Amino acid sequence: MSKIGVFVCHCGENISRTVDCARVAKASGQIRGVAVAKDYKYMCSDPGQALIKNAIKEHKLDGVVVSACSPHMHEKTFRKAVTEAGLNQFLCEMANIREHCSWVHEKEEPTTRKAIELVRLMVEKVKRNMALEPIRVDVTKRALVIGGGVAGIQAALDIADGGHEVILVEKDPSVGGHMAQLSETFPTLDCSQCILTPKMVDVGSHPNIKLYTYSEVEKIEGFVGNFKVTIKKKARSVDIDKCTGCGECQLKCPSKKIPSEFDRGLKNRTAIYIPFPQAVPARPVIDREHCIYFTKGKCKACQKVCPTEAVDFEQTDEYVEEEVGGIVVATGFDLYTTDKQGPYPDYKGYGEYGYGEDPDIIDGLQFERLASASGPTGGAIQRPSDGKEPKSVVFLQCIGSRHPSKGIEFCSKICCMYTAKHTMLYKHKVHHGTAYVFYMDIRAPGKGYDEFVRRAIEEDGAVYLRGRVSRIYRSGDHLIVKGADTLSGAAVEIEADMVVLATAVMPQPGIEGLFQKLGISYDQYKFASEAHPKLRPVECATAGIFLAGACQGPKDIPESVAQASAAASKALILFSRDQMLREPVVAKVNENTCIACWYCVEICPFTAISKKDIRDRQGNLIKRVAEVNPSLCTGCGTCAATCFSNSIDLDGFTDEQIYSEINSLMAVGQDLFPEPEKAEGDSPDEKAA
Amino acid sequence: MKYQIRLSGDEIRLMQEVKARSGVDLAKCYQCGECTAGCPMTPEMDAGPTKTLRLIQLGMEEALFDLNTPWLCASCETCTARCPNDIDIALVMDVVRQMARLKGKKIPVKEPRIFQDVFLKSVENNGRLFEPGMIAFYNLRSGDLFHDVGLGPKMLLKGKLPLLPHTSKNREKLREIFRKAEALEKEAGKKASEEAHDESGH
Repeated sequence: MSKIGVFVCHCGENISRTVDCARVAKASGQIRGVAVAKDYKYMCSDPGQALIKNAIKEHKLDGVVVSACSPHMHEKTFRKAVTEAGLNQFLCEMANIREHCSWVHEKEEPTTRKAIELVRLMVEKVKRNMALEPIRVDVTKRALVIGGGVAGIQAALDIADGGHEVILVEKDPSVGGHMAQLSETFPTLDCSQCILTPKMVDVGSHPNIKLYTYSEVEKIEGFVGNFKVTIKKKARSVDIDKCTGCGECQLKCPSKKIPSEFDRGLKNRTAIYIPFPQAVPARPVIDREHCIYFTKGKCKACQKVCPTEAVDFEQTDEYVEEEVGGIVVATGFDLYTTDKQGPYPDYKGYGEYGYGEDPDIIDGLQFERLASASGPTGGAIQRPSDGKEPKSVVFLQCIGSRHPSKGIEFCSKICCMYTAKHTMLYKHKVHHGTAYVFYMDIRAPGKGYDEFVRRAIEEDGAVYLRGRVSRIYRSGDHLIVKGADTLSGAAVEIEADMVVLATAVMPQPGIEGLFQKLGISYDQYKFASEAHPKLRPVECATAGIFLAGACQGPKDIPESVAQASAAASKALILFSRDQMLREPVVAKVNENTCIACWYCVEICPFTAISKKDIRDRQGNLIKRVAEVNPSLCTGCGTCAATCFSNSIDLDGFTDEQIYSEINSLMAVGQDLFPEPEKAEGDSPDEKAA
Repeated sequence: MKYQIRLSGDEIRLMQEVKARSGVDLAKCYQCGECTAGCPMTPEMDAGPTKTLRLIQLGMEEALFDLNTPWLCASCETCTARCPNDIDIALVMDVVRQMARLKGKKIPVKEPRIFQDVFLKSVENNGRLFEPGMIAFYNLRSGDLFHDVGLGPKMLLKGKLPLLPHTSKNREKLREIFRKAEALEKEAGKKASEEAHDESGH
C-alpha cells in the first residue's frame, strides 16, 4: 500500500480565493493510499518546504503530490525539496490547481470539486511512479550566434573571450547591423561608427570566432548541449580569400543605379559592392538580381578588372554543418514603413502621409544616414528632393507605434530618444533652422535620458508639440504638416522643408521562419518570446537558446549590449559543465514484445531510434528490436503512440499511469466529495451531482 | 478649436521678449500643471497659468492678451513656490501685464485696471495712500457705487477710514518720480509700438 503525501498550497490568495483549500486537503486525505494531507499558505516558502520534508520523514512517504501552481513554475523547487528529504525527485508530482482551476473559475462549489479531482488524478499517477535517474549528456562547448548586429557581436565576443568557439552567422555581406548606420548615439552624442567598428574588427579577427557573413541558418536539429546546425553560405560570387578588397570592381561595374540598402535608398550602389567602407569583411559581393552578367548573360567587367582573379561567377550556395551546444538569437529589428505595400503586409500604411511617396518624407534611419559623416551627403543635412538645406524639419513620433488602428499597440521605446537626438544633430548643423516634434508622450527613462530630451528643448530650442499629425501634403516647395498642440488647444500648421517619421520598431520581416526552425515561440508581432518576462528575460522556453537585442522587442544600444552579455553568460554557464542532466522522460522499448516493424524508427522526429541485433553467446542473430538512444530522445511520445505491439512506453508517463488517472475520474461508489464543514445552502448543481 | 496657428520659426520671439523683460526662461516649462493646481484664482480664469505659459512658448500673442488670467493673478506666488523648474511664474504674470499696457492691448477685465489707476493716482496726489478717496474714485469709475459699502461703518469705527488724507512730507519728490515714470512709460510704449509696426512690416 502506497504512502502518499498531499500538500495543498493557497498561493497567498491566488488559489484560496476561489478554492476551499482546507476542504481539498481533507478530501485528499480520504483517497486510498494517501497517508497525510495538509494545506498551507505558501507551500514554496521555506516553512512550506519544511512541512513537506518533515512529513516525508515522519510518515515514511513514498510519493508526494504538491497541489499548487503549474509545474513550469515550481516543479523544480519541490523536486529539490523531496530530494533533500531522501525521496527520489521523480516521485514528486504537481497537481496544477492554480492555472488549471482557481484562476479560470469563479468561487463556486464545482471549482473546489475540480481541484479535488485534479489531486486525485495525480495521486493515482504518483502511486505508479518509479524512481528515475536524470540522463547525463555531453555538452558541445561551442556557440552559434545568429545575427551580426551590435547584440550578436557583443554576445560572440563575450563567449569567445570566455574561451569557447563561436559560430557567428550574418545574413548581410557585413556585420554591423543597424548600429553601423547610425550617425551619433544618445545620450552622449558619441559617434556610432567610432564605438562599433573596433568591435566589428575584433569579431572578424578573433581566433575563437568563425564568421559566416552573407549566410543563413538553414536547419537546426538536436537539443540543448547538442545542436546540429546547417548553414547556407549564399553564393558571394567573390572568393574572399583571393580578394584583397581593393574596390576596382566597384568602380568598373556598369550597373550603378541600385538603391543602397546601407544608405536606405538615399544613395545608389553598384551590382558588385562592399556595403560600406568599414565593412567586415571588407570584401564585395555580387547582387545577382541586378548584375548585368547574371540577368543578360554578358558583361564580366568586374572579372576583367580584378587583379587577383577573385570574381567567380560559377560559385554556388554552399551548405556547412556545425555542431554547437547553445544558440544566441540576435536577429534584430527593421522599421515599419508607411508604404501601401511594405514588407509588413499585415499592417496598414499611412495614406494620410501620402504612403511615404514624397522624397522629403523620410524615416529615422534615413535621417541617421543624412546626418552621418559616412552618409550620402557627407553629413550635411540636405533634403532628398533637391539637396536644399531644410529651414524647418518636422519630426513625427509614434508612427505605427501606439496606433492600434494601424495594427500596432506597443511603444517602440527608442523613438523619443532618437528624435530628441535628431533635433540636436539638425540644430547643430543648421543653426537658423527650426526643429518641430509632434509627440504623444515623452518616454525617456534611462540614465541621462530625460536630461537629454530637456537639453534638446531648452538649449537647442526644439519646439515640442503635444499631439499627432492628421495630414501631410505638398504645396509647391513645401510640405504642409497639419497637427495639433493639445497643451495650448491650438490646431497647428507648419510649412516644412522635410518631415522625419519615427516609425515603429518591428522584427525582421519573415523572421518567424527562423524562429519556427529553432522551435522558439514568438508574439503576435513576431518578436521572440522569453521564458519568463521578469525572471528569465534572456532565455527561450526552449532550453539552450538565448535571446539578445531587438529580436525580442524594441531596445536601445545599451540594453541590447547588456542583454547580449547576459545571453553570453547563460551560454558560458551551459559550457561550464562537461555533462548536463536531462529529464529521464524518454521512450523505452520492451524487447520481448517488439515485432521489429520499424514504424517507430521511421516516425521518430529526432532519429533517436535505431535497430538493434540481439545475439546469443555464439553470436547467432536471435532477433532484431528497436532501441532508443536516451540522449537523443526528447520524450515526445510519437513512437509510443505509433507502436503496433504496444511495446514502447514513456518513462514517467507510462500507459498504466495515464489510464489509472483516467479511471480515477470514473471511480464510483466512493464518497468523492465530502460535504463542506458548513453547509452553504444547497445549490441545484450539487443536488444533481 | 478656438485657435489655429501657423508656425514658421518666429514663434520663439515672444518667449525671448518675456525672457528679456523678466530673466525667466520659459523653455524650462514642461507643462506639468502644478502652478494651475495651486492657483487660488483658477476658477475665475479663462485658462490656468500653465496654459498661459504654453501660449507664450508657441508665440500665440493674440490668444495670450485675450486671457483674463494675468489680470486676475493675485500675485500670491504659490505658483512660483511650487514650480518644479523654479520658474518665477508670478513675475511672468507681472511682465505680461506690463507688456499688454505697453503695447496698448485691450485689457479683457476692467476692474484691475481701474484699481491700479486709482491706487496710483491716490499715491501720486497725497504722497501715500488715502483709502476713502481711493474707494470713492474706484466705485465711481467702476460704476458700482455701493461696492463694499457695508464694510464702511465698521472700518470707520475702528479708525481705518480717516476723513482727511495724511499727506507725506515729501509729496513733491514722489510726484517727481511719477512724472519720470510716465515719461519712461511713454517712451517704452512708443518703442513697443514701433517694434510691433516693424514686425508686421516684415
